[in-house]
Amino acid sequence: MVDNYAIIENYLMIRMPEEVDHHKAAEICHTADNYITHSRVENVVFDFEDTHFMDSSGIGIIMGRYKKISCFGGKVYVIHADQRIRRMLAASGMLKIVTIMD
Amino acid sequence: METNDMTEIKNYVNEVELCFDAVSQNESFARVAVAAFMTPLNPTVEEVADVKTAVSEAVTNAIIHGYDNHGGRIRMNCSITGDVLTVTVEDFGKGIENIEEAMMPMFTTRPELERSGMGFAFMEAFMDDLEVQSCPGDGTKVQMIKKIGCSPWIPQEDD
Repeated sequence: MVDNYAIIENYLMIRMPEEVDHHKAAEICHTADNYITHSRVENVVFDFEDTHFMDSSGIGIIMGRYKKISCFGGKVYVIHADQRIRRMLAASGMLKIVTIMD
Repeated sequence: METNDMTEIKNYVNEVELCFDAVSQNESFARVAVAAFMTPLNPTVEEVADVKTAVSEAVTNAIIHGYDNHGGRIRMNCSITGDVLTVTVEDFGKGIENIEEAMMPMFTTRPELERSGMGFAFMEAFMDDLEVQSCPGDGTKVQMIKKIGCSPWIPQEDD
């Protein structure tokens, strides 16, 4: 799991698991928050390259991290999101707080 | 698909009922079980993903809201009649005080869990029909229905 997190400059990169659900969410939130508090990262990048399933738990993970970093001016990015994940982000109004990059 | 396969699907009836512990490990079990159950209907990848998402939302709700993460039993019934899939997810937990409020997008009774409040909204969006019955103290029953194979890859001209 350690390999799924990396810090590049002030960006925390998180490689999301194959299946993003409530079962996986707690650990991701916990580990990400540890990095955010202890490593002075400003921005968070969620990489969905490996992900082939996501439910609303994924939205909760992104929203929660956004709340943690946005007050310090940090930004949230989503990369490698497939059509389905993009649709879910759009449907839950996340495009206002998240930047999707290709 | 051949015409006789189509007739087979129209007459296809099947039902399974699963009872499992309300623990988060079983979220993936539940959605994979439903995905396997619906394969005789020749669903598209998209349809399978829709159903898996909806089932995942319903089971997660039962675990974290119905039973407050303290465990319990979830009963899931899946049935197919023709090309229509019905999935019922039932818990015997604390129930919902105000169903209308619970179903509003972004609404959550547990903001500390850092969830999105989109559970019911996603169930509604990914299935054709959603019905929620709940009684405080008795539990919650969520019924979801979806017609499979709507994209008409064989146009049936004279029916």
